Amino acid sequence: MSALPVPVEQLAVADAGPLVRPLAPARVADAVSEPAWVRRTLIGVALAFLTLFLFVPLIAVFVQAFAKGLDVYWAALTDSDAVSALKLTLIAAFISVPFNLVFGVAAAWAIGKFDFRGKSVLLTLIDLPFSVSPVIAGLIYLLIFGLQGWWGEWLRDHDLKIVFAVPGIVLATVFVTFPFIARELIPLMQAQGQEQEEAARVLGASGWQILWRVTLPNVKWALLYGVILCNARAMGEFGAVSVVSGHIRGQTNTLPLHIEILYNDYQFAAAFAVASLLAALALVTLVLKYIVERRAKASYDAESLT
Amino acid sequence: MSTRALLLRRHSVLPGFNLALGFAVLYLCFIVLIPLSAVFLKTFTVSWGTFVDTVTSPRVVASYRLTFGASFLAALINAVFGLLVSWVLVRYRFPGKRLVDALVDLPFALPTAVAGIALTTLYAQNGWIGKWLPFKVSYTPLGVFIALTFIGLPFVVRTVQPVLEDLQRELEEAAATLGASRLQTFAYVIFPAVMPALLTGFALAFARALGEYGSVIFIAGNMPMVSEITSLLIITKLEQYDYAGATSIAVVMLVAAFALLLLINLLQAWARKRQGR
Repeated sequence: MSALPVPVEQLAVADAGPLVRPLAPARVADAVSEPAWVRRTLIGVALAFLTLFLFVPLIAVFVQAFAKGLDVYWAALTDSDAVSALKLTLIAAFISVPFNLVFGVAAAWAIGKFDFRGKSVLLTLIDLPFSVSPVIAGLIYLLIFGLQGWWGEWLRDHDLKIVFAVPGIVLATVFVTFPFIARELIPLMQAQGQEQEEAARVLGASGWQILWRVTLPNVKWALLYGVILCNARAMGEFGAVSVVSGHIRGQTNTLPLHIEILYNDYQFAAAFAVASLLAALALVTLVLKYIVERRAKASYDAESLT
Repeated sequence: MSTRALLLRRHSVLPGFNLALGFAVLYLCFIVLIPLSAVFLKTFTVSWGTFVDTVTSPRVVASYRLTFGASFLAALINAVFGLLVSWVLVRYRFPGKRLVDALVDLPFALPTAVAGIALTTLYAQNGWIGKWLPFKVSYTPLGVFIALTFIGLPFVVRTVQPVLEDLQRELEEAAATLGASRLQTFAYVIFPAVMPALLTGFALAFARALGEYGSVIFIAGNMPMVSEITSLLIITKLEQYDYAGATSIAVVMLVAAFALLLLINLLQAWARKRQGR
């Protein structure tokens, strides 16, 4: 203790940051800020734009959903076609999310914890589905599994159906939601580095133990958000699924396709009732994102203090 | 061992590299790369003359004009208002700011079909917004623009916002002490710093808009030559079992999308360099 040139208590205070961190004095702040009327105008214009383009459409979904009353709303949701569409949507999400989750963890482990050549190429390829139009994502499965496609005749001879059936819908959903979990995990695991994993390794942990006890707990919030986002996208996908579904009511309709059918039938209240389910899912996704970001920021702040 | 030599992996004590990378690459190949190659392989079965005829027919060209034009304008509007929104969110305090910040991501999370029917109803002539406007929006090219603006908004805000947050206040203080007005500081100090991020956000919004389908088809009215987007034309061809025609148009859109992806990667590399990372 006495060998230290500075007493420990003072060290702790100096490290605690806020006391010595340079804060912009009030006078300087005036010089690098705008007059109040400019601030108010900018805030006003920004909020007006967001209200017009974001808030009003969101509110409209719920208002239109209940426009014809609770009975119509309830009838639209319990209609047998709606229920089977909901089931199919859940099936597609329950299959595609775990697949993309395993891929996301594997890709993030390889990219985040190791240095190897070709990493940036791999990163670009993972982003590829983002830049492919959903319609084209559906088209590629028609070209492979459709009747005129590569395996079309073979599949027909063996009495297997992929497009215009559930497997095609699942495949298209997997493609469209492919990058979401990987994109959440990779930057975080890259930023966290590998010291903790190396320490665990030196202490004798196996690879799976490191993954379960060190890596995954460190990224749990990003992982959760990735899963939620992937799930929201899987349940809401429209273009790709529309191409491969064949629109068979009660069989190959997902919730977004069911919305389209109702809307084109002029059953607006029913269409918005089903849409309100998906809009609620979107809101849950945003709330979780908010929580995850706050947790991530809190743990980051806690780390930078110590 | 041979894969390690090939990939020139730096030595690490951590296990599982081969398993993780092997699985990731295999999955990537089966889900993304092999299926995508089908589009290009299918095009090779089409003769060059037929391909050119298909992708340059008047109806297809009209759809490019609408898709690229409306996407460009929507991305431009998003660049302007996205910069404004991120500026307001980073620099100013106002009630409800956190809520607004969280809701900016709504177009990411809201299914496109839901956005499509909501916007169509709002901008229809008897809709909440449409009835106040002296001109038609729903079922016209203007409707396409509105839908594409909605889906592109978060891209600009979420790329510009972190850069504005990291911007060193000292630079602005230095500009102020050297006698710059606030507008000059913005034009010569702040704007050049956020420019790469703004361009990236613009390109991302543009790329997303090019491929958009769900939100547009409801509001567009889908009249051939007037308000028909290229994605819809691909679907129309598919419904007529003209797979070769649909694939030809898809290749044109894919090449445009990949060119944009390359541009975005270059922009991001430039942005990182500018930020000195």
